[in-house]
Amino acid sequence: MLEENPYFKITSKDVIFKNPKGFPKPIYDLTKNKPSVEGFTLGRKLFYDPILSVDYFTSCATCHQQFAAFAHIDHPLSHGIGGKIGIRNVPALQNLIWKDAFMVDGGINHLDLQPISPITSPTEMGENLPNVLKKLQADSTYRLMFYKAFKDSIITTEMLMKSLSQFLSLMISSNSRYDKFIAGADTLSIIEQKGLNLFASNCASCHTPPLFTDNQYHNIGLKPDSNLNDKGRMAITSFKEDYFKFKTPSLRNVEMTYPYMHDGRYRNLKEVMNHYAASQSCTKMKFDEFEKVELIAFLKTLTDMEYLHDRRFADPNTY
Amino acid sequence: MKSQRPILKYSLFIIGLFFLFSFRFSEPKNRPSLVIEFNHFVGKDKLILDSLMYKNEFNQSYSIGKFRYYISNIKLRRKDGTEYASNEYYLIDVEDKKSQQIVIREKGNYSSISFTIGVDSLHNCSGLQKGALDPVNGMFWAWNTGYIFLKLEGKSPYSKSPSNIFEYHIGGFKQPNNCIRQVRLDLPEKTIQVVEDDADLLSLSVDISEVLKTPKNIDFTEFSSVTDFNNATMMADNYADIFGVIKY
Ligand code: HEC
Ligand code: HEC
Repeated sequence: MLEENPYFKITSKDVIFKNPKGFPKPIYDLTKNKPSVEGFTLGRKLFYDPILSVDYFTSCATCHQQFAAFAHIDHPLSHGIGGKIGIRNVPALQNLIWKDAFMVDGGINHLDLQPISPITSPTEMGENLPNVLKKLQADSTYRLMFYKAFKDSIITTEMLMKSLSQFLSLMISSNSRYDKFIAGADTLSIIEQKGLNLFASNCASCHTPPLFTDNQYHNIGLKPDSNLNDKGRMAITSFKEDYFKFKTPSLRNVEMTYPYMHDGRYRNLKEVMNHYAASQSCTKMKFDEFEKVELIAFLKTLTDMEYLHDRRFADPNTY
Repeated sequence: MKSQRPILKYSLFIIGLFFLFSFRFSEPKNRPSLVIEFNHFVGKDKLILDSLMYKNEFNQSYSIGKFRYYISNIKLRRKDGTEYASNEYYLIDVEDKKSQQIVIREKGNYSSISFTIGVDSLHNCSGLQKGALDPVNGMFWAWNTGYIFLKLEGKSPYSKSPSNIFEYHIGGFKQPNNCIRQVRLDLPEKTIQVVEDDADLLSLSVDISEVLKTPKNIDFTEFSSVTDFNNATMMADNYADIFGVIKY
């Protein structure tokens, strides 16, 4: 049994939540869905299981890859069942319990509701909830795991979502070199420190540490792509002033989450810096080539190797 | 023979009393209740699903395949000014007979009823809900969190959508797209009917054709699909007046 493999075995120590130093209080109420060994193990199995998709081919992890901080490397737009292309770039999954809303347009207002979207989206997993519950109910391993986690063998939407949330809620990235530098446990090179200073004066108003997002929506002056016809935040609020505004993404692990922006239009950080340096509408930033290098050097200090290799979030089926 | 009859009568009376009392004291489950029944019509006709017999205001024929909606926040006002308030959510579905009866566990001298079509913002914003509000019921938008308050689907040869379908999925709890609507109906004489000792019946009519008119007459050629906030409040204004009271 793979659960017996000590590398993948989840113990009570693995599911303890510790608020990282300097982080605010989480928005997600963990007391209402406290991760347990059984619930987390179940959430992990579900995350890596294509049973949640209509063709048994696409799992959450098909799009959300751990080595990319659960973004999808090199796919500008997401690929779902039957190779269907979505309209957006797959974002990193990290520090989700500090988010007030999910998706780049903030359309989803609670973590426990988020997985319903990919499961039922025709371009992602193409399923419907009654059928997913039926498939899980018909599977004796899942029946047992749900029973162990929730003391109930009739699988409900709530049990499915809460187990996924238990897994997602502990996806916390807070151990980058930057964090260690702030805690006085590491040093940054001179280039990185110059980048940090540039970042503090030009970027931190939106990409606010420690989460590197202000949880707000901005139009940073990208040119809309007429093929995608993405209206951004306006698709949710219907307010004209929200047209093409997107939720500020966290920049943690940004080195690994290429390509960039909601539609994956920039292949690397250099292109992003070129955008900001040339940007007309959003900011009056002027960087020379040296400063772009310094900023990128700083952004790379946000890479959290512990998170990218945390065995708790690894695929339990690869051994 | 004659002399025995009064005894029989008395004993029957006593047995009767006994039953009456034992019911009153030992059967709290059978608490007096009011059953509210939702009867679905299209204009004057009783609803028949999938039959192409109805006409809208533009004389376009149509059939109805699906009709379901949320009711909540039921309040029953008594003649003395007090009220009974329920905090339950109900999903009423023309394909599910059981859903069409709501049991209110309190009988009363009610003079009016009010309720909400839709789901309040609190229950749209506080995470996963159970029961009638479980997203498994298919009355939920996954990409823009919130409940679909009312779903009307059917076919009309005048619709330009694939297979001539029309679909109206109406919801939204935030301004300016708030589709929550309040209903208030007076309950004059001959509306609450005593059907059994412990159960009163209130029959409401639901006229589905009203979703397609007043104030805005819906032309299937023009509006065959409303499934997000575009035109949603227009449809909500239409469905605000689908309810009526049936006299017995
Ligand atoms: C077909 C690819 C695909 C699959 C499969 C998929 N996702 Fe996603 N996921 C995305 C994309 C694309 C977004 C961003 C969409 C947007 O913002 O509009 C996203 C966003 C998210 C977010 C929100 C992140 C944030 O910061 O707002 C979470 C959480 C998430 N997915 C979890 C899951 C889970 C759990 C599953 C499995 C049930 C899953 N995803 C399956 C592509 C996918
Ligand atoms: C006005 C607010 C604002 C400021 C200032 C700002 N950003 Fe952004 N940033 C955003 C938003 C919003 C996005 C997402 C845009 C999109 O997806 O279309 C973004 C996206 C990014 C991305 C891509 C992330 C990804 O995962 O796709 C990077 C990298 C980035 N910003 C770096 C910076 C740097 C470096 C600075 C300072 C030089 C900066 N930003 C200043 C709001 C801002």
